Amino acid sequence: MKKPRVCVLLAAGINRDYDAVYAFELAGAKAERVHVNELADRGKSLTDHHILMLGGGFSFGDDIASGKVLANKLKYKLRDQIQRFIRDGKLVLGICNGFQVMVKFGLLPGFDGDYEIQRVTLTFNDSGQFEDRWVYLKVNPDSKCIFTRGIDSLLYAPVCHGEGKFVPGGEGVLSRLHDDGQVVVQYVDEKGNPGDYPVNPNGSVDHIAGICDKTGRLFGMMPHPEDFVRRTHHPRWMRESLPEEGAGLAIFRNAVEYVQRELL
Amino acid sequence: MWRVEVGFRPGVVDALGNSVKRSILEDLRILVEDVRTIDVYTIKADLARDQVEKIARDLLTDPITQEFSFDGTLARDFSRLIEVGYKPGVTDNVGMTTVEGIEDLLGIELKEGESVHTSRLYLVRGELSKDQAELICTGLLANPIIEHFSIWDETGWAKRRREDASYFMIVKTHKPLVAEVNLDVGDKKLVHISEEGVLSLSLEEMRKIRAYFKDAGVLAERKKVGLGDKPTDVELEMLAQTWSEHCKHKVFNALIEYEEDGKFGLIDSIFKSYIRRATEEIAKEKDWLVSVFVDNAGIISFTGDYNLVFKVETHNHPSALDPYGGALTGIVGVNRDPMGTGLGANLIFNTDVFCFGPPDFPYDKLPPKVLHPKRIFRGVRKGVEHGGNKIGIPTVNGAILFDEAYVYNPLVYCGTGGMMPKKIMGRDSHTKEVHPGDLIVMVGGRIGKDGIHGATFSSTKLEEATSPTAVQIGAPIVQKKMMDALLEARDRGLYNAITDNGAGGLSSSVGEMAQFCGGCMVHLEKAPTKYAGLDPWELWVSESQERMTLAVPPNKIDEFMDICRKWDVEAMVIGEFQPTGKVHVLHKGKTVLYLDMDFVHEGVPQLMLKARWERPSREEPDFEQPTDLSPALKAILSSLNVCSKEWVIRQYDHEVQGGSVVKPLVGKNDDGPSDAAVIRPLLARKEGVVVSNGINPRYGLIDAYWMAASAIDEAVRNAVAVGANPERIAMLDNFCWGNPILSDENPEGDFKLAQLVRAARACYHTAVGLGVPFISGKDSLHNEYRLEGKTISIPPTLLISAMSVIEDSDKAVTMDVKKPGDLVYILGVTHDELGGSHYYMINDCVGSNVPRVDTKTARSLYRTLNEAIQRGLISSCHDCSEGGLAVAAAESAFAGDLGMEIGLREVPATGLEREDKVLFSESNGRFIVTVSPTHQVEFEKLMKGNTFALIGLVLEEKEFRIFDFKGCPIVRAPIEDLKEAWQRPLRW
Repeated sequence: MKKPRVCVLLAAGINRDYDAVYAFELAGAKAERVHVNELADRGKSLTDHHILMLGGGFSFGDDIASGKVLANKLKYKLRDQIQRFIRDGKLVLGICNGFQVMVKFGLLPGFDGDYEIQRVTLTFNDSGQFEDRWVYLKVNPDSKCIFTRGIDSLLYAPVCHGEGKFVPGGEGVLSRLHDDGQVVVQYVDEKGNPGDYPVNPNGSVDHIAGICDKTGRLFGMMPHPEDFVRRTHHPRWMRESLPEEGAGLAIFRNAVEYVQRELL
Repeated sequence: MWRVEVGFRPGVVDALGNSVKRSILEDLRILVEDVRTIDVYTIKADLARDQVEKIARDLLTDPITQEFSFDGTLARDFSRLIEVGYKPGVTDNVGMTTVEGIEDLLGIELKEGESVHTSRLYLVRGELSKDQAELICTGLLANPIIEHFSIWDETGWAKRRREDASYFMIVKTHKPLVAEVNLDVGDKKLVHISEEGVLSLSLEEMRKIRAYFKDAGVLAERKKVGLGDKPTDVELEMLAQTWSEHCKHKVFNALIEYEEDGKFGLIDSIFKSYIRRATEEIAKEKDWLVSVFVDNAGIISFTGDYNLVFKVETHNHPSALDPYGGALTGIVGVNRDPMGTGLGANLIFNTDVFCFGPPDFPYDKLPPKVLHPKRIFRGVRKGVEHGGNKIGIPTVNGAILFDEAYVYNPLVYCGTGGMMPKKIMGRDSHTKEVHPGDLIVMVGGRIGKDGIHGATFSSTKLEEATSPTAVQIGAPIVQKKMMDALLEARDRGLYNAITDNGAGGLSSSVGEMAQFCGGCMVHLEKAPTKYAGLDPWELWVSESQERMTLAVPPNKIDEFMDICRKWDVEAMVIGEFQPTGKVHVLHKGKTVLYLDMDFVHEGVPQLMLKARWERPSREEPDFEQPTDLSPALKAILSSLNVCSKEWVIRQYDHEVQGGSVVKPLVGKNDDGPSDAAVIRPLLARKEGVVVSNGINPRYGLIDAYWMAASAIDEAVRNAVAVGANPERIAMLDNFCWGNPILSDENPEGDFKLAQLVRAARACYHTAVGLGVPFISGKDSLHNEYRLEGKTISIPPTLLISAMSVIEDSDKAVTMDVKKPGDLVYILGVTHDELGGSHYYMINDCVGSNVPRVDTKTARSLYRTLNEAIQRGLISSCHDCSEGGLAVAAAESAFAGDLGMEIGLREVPATGLEREDKVLFSESNGRFIVTVSPTHQVEFEKLMKGNTFALIGLVLEEKEFRIFDFKGCPIVRAPIEDLKEAWQRPLRW
């Protein structure tokens, strides 16, 4: 089987690049770390890749607002490449800072095929603090998201962010996200029920932790599935009987299998 | 000039405003109704109105939650408005990023001198006097050393001229000057020159320099390069930096006349006699020591093809003056040590240990200019958060201690571990080479006036009147991209050597690297600067952050520069290494410094010091044992040093890089205190790195010797508790002391030095006894504050940081009990050792029986325990430290969310007739472990020859019970009560 090629995008302050490379390679892809400047004017191209991974970190220090400066950089330096990448039916995954970038670029939620208008945001946690804690996520079975296909139990992953509170730009946006199956993952407790802090670690509206576009090929989430790809990542692996593979890996494997099925 | 304000839309939560309000209410006890914030971007650039509108709309404002104004103000409906921003010349990270964002957005490049300044408006509502508003500024929001602030009411604000040019640095058209200093003067004048110039050079050192400039041979050579018989300020500054206590560790290398119990002895260098000697002896039986004491950090072997690197530094004085900036530069500064070790490591973990004054210290007892401990705590925590999280290094271990002794001089220890392939392009990565002709390249940030005299400043005490040019704000992202670029260059073999620009700046980094080839020539005007007008001596010694110095072969310079451009990292060739025996520095073609390498590096005279040890007269207290010890247990669990630090830990990213195996918080509800961290830096492999520490300054109140021995044992114990191989543990020492040099002004100097000698001696004995070598270390010996003519010194504080290896991290063990019915054992002997204990502390005494270390027994126990862990016999393991076995057992129980019962009759103890002493003794070398009944026989058989005993049981019922010698309950409490006592104090 051919290996899908993943572009793990680098920019000043991106720091979960190796975590993502490891997760994608475990899932069977070939992942390459590519600097945004290499795509902008140093001869590399997104067309060589099937999956664009916008990873975690603090791009440009989260100065002004998280993800904003990198989103603008992509918009003004790589607009054509990214639009073509989407038109070609390829996949974009944004985790944490990458999700913030996608939202602020307008790649998500991408209503009506317009991938440049910001309609939702990720802002400061209600606690006013950066927090590192593990959260349970309920996957929406009706979502078209290809990354979460077939995941029928709760996901478990760490959140590590200070600006992860999901806020839609109005009731209309929120109901459209729900109606079109674009809400992919929501914060819940270990029994699957929504709750206040710390179950919902940042005060996200409707407990939303991740959304996709209407095609399901563009997906962003705040928690870090790439940091739960093997048993010993789990905070209580020494107390519980767990499979060798971490639950987060399914997200990367789904992406790899989709590319193998549809694009290779 | 333009001014854009960005604020939250009505109805949107202002999380920052809310937390400021909480601090005003809780910390300053000022009643306010509401606080909101507005961000201000003052743009000094030639832009059109529509361009500014685009910037405001598309870059600075979130369209969902925020609104902006660029010709009026959003500020309305407040009683007081407070504006706070950095002073000109202080690093404004957001301002710099905004410039880059503007350039991307408009497709333009801002011109030289155009920049963005950011400030924040706090809109406070509530009855507030002018004085209260002032207190909110100075007590919470602004640090006048680095920030400007102003207070407005609504009328004043409406009239205010909006664009404020004073935010920006006025670049003076100052012509760079080189001054000559006349040293041909009397001793008194020499001392004056040193003091006035913050050179921190002693009279003897000044004399040595004076003699050098009188030497005929030296003068003849100087003449050839156009220099005379007087040193230039560049030369004198370089000598001051290179010879500083900070860089040369003069006290640790001093010749000491030591007196103890009327007997005298001579010690030629504490470092060589105790610290290095321990490692040299242990090295005979260890094959994994790769590079010790010679580089910026110590290096040990990890796997067949990777090495580990570790360094811990202190950043105490800067953190006292500006906690946020001090801690931030502390952490990004220590990052550069492993990065600058050998060919450079990638960074895999951070560890931080803080000592603060108590957070409830009364405000009215606080002298002017001293920041409140709570504010220092919050600022330091935030600095470490920004340093660690933003660069993407997991903060996996640490400790926070509180004592009134640290009110004036807090301690901030920052450590970073790294990893590097043993071979890079066929070359040993742990070595440095510099070839004649290699280019000197400065990479990363630019040079400014910030951070001048850090090395000499840290070699003096803090004073009420300290004027801190040493305070800096770090730029983590500038450093992160530099690191990324350098690792790429490293792996392509593009440089021969690398070191960081820390204390002493270029003078130190270039000077040190020149030793590998025997000399250098530097053209200072080539070094990139933040602004014009720096004098050559400032360029040479400035400690501006985020810079590395490299030796790049000329045939690789183009490829090297190309990688830097790819990463948007600035790099500049500033000179060349040459085997001339000289440090030769020019500015615009004119020689400004010409010194012999030998004199610079070997010229500093050895200090001669006196130390006199007098055992403090302390007695064991005499009080009745209470009939119920539950309150004592709760009180210890609630003491600040023992209580939960979850509030801090959660704000650090301990997951990033995907290597986490044992997290800082463990147990059923992820909230128990882990003894040590385990990470797997090679994601696809099982070998793990264990990080732990030991520190207990209370023992030093009795005897610094046993304090040091206990700190080592604690660091080792913590590592062994999670499964580290006890024969593969390496240590770092970090001594923080008051000034140990005897003088009229410092009459207790000889005692402080004696404490240092005893601590170092204990380091030798304990390290050799346990087979645990030191690989690097650091000392900070001027932790004092001068107040109203009196010197307040910290208690001797030794931090031992340990890095060790666990061959199979799947075997790691945590401290939380796992199952009801598991058997509870204590390993090790309990002695009458409550001197300096927390039990005595809550009874307001210190005592005299300080815990000792029996290394022979301990080492055997650690090996056996490790074997038990390897065989999978141990369900949980927790070391006994502050609070003794009672605290260890209680923590294990509530972390596992299960009950426990323990009988004290069974505990192996010597000379103890009181239950409270058995319970709370802090004897070293002990653990509480739980074992499944199915493993009982094998475990007990394995443990034979070590002292251990079965003392209790893990219970389904969530109660914690301890029975006295007669079998009657002496502690009885629901575990949730104990946990609440432990979590409450710092649940902020």
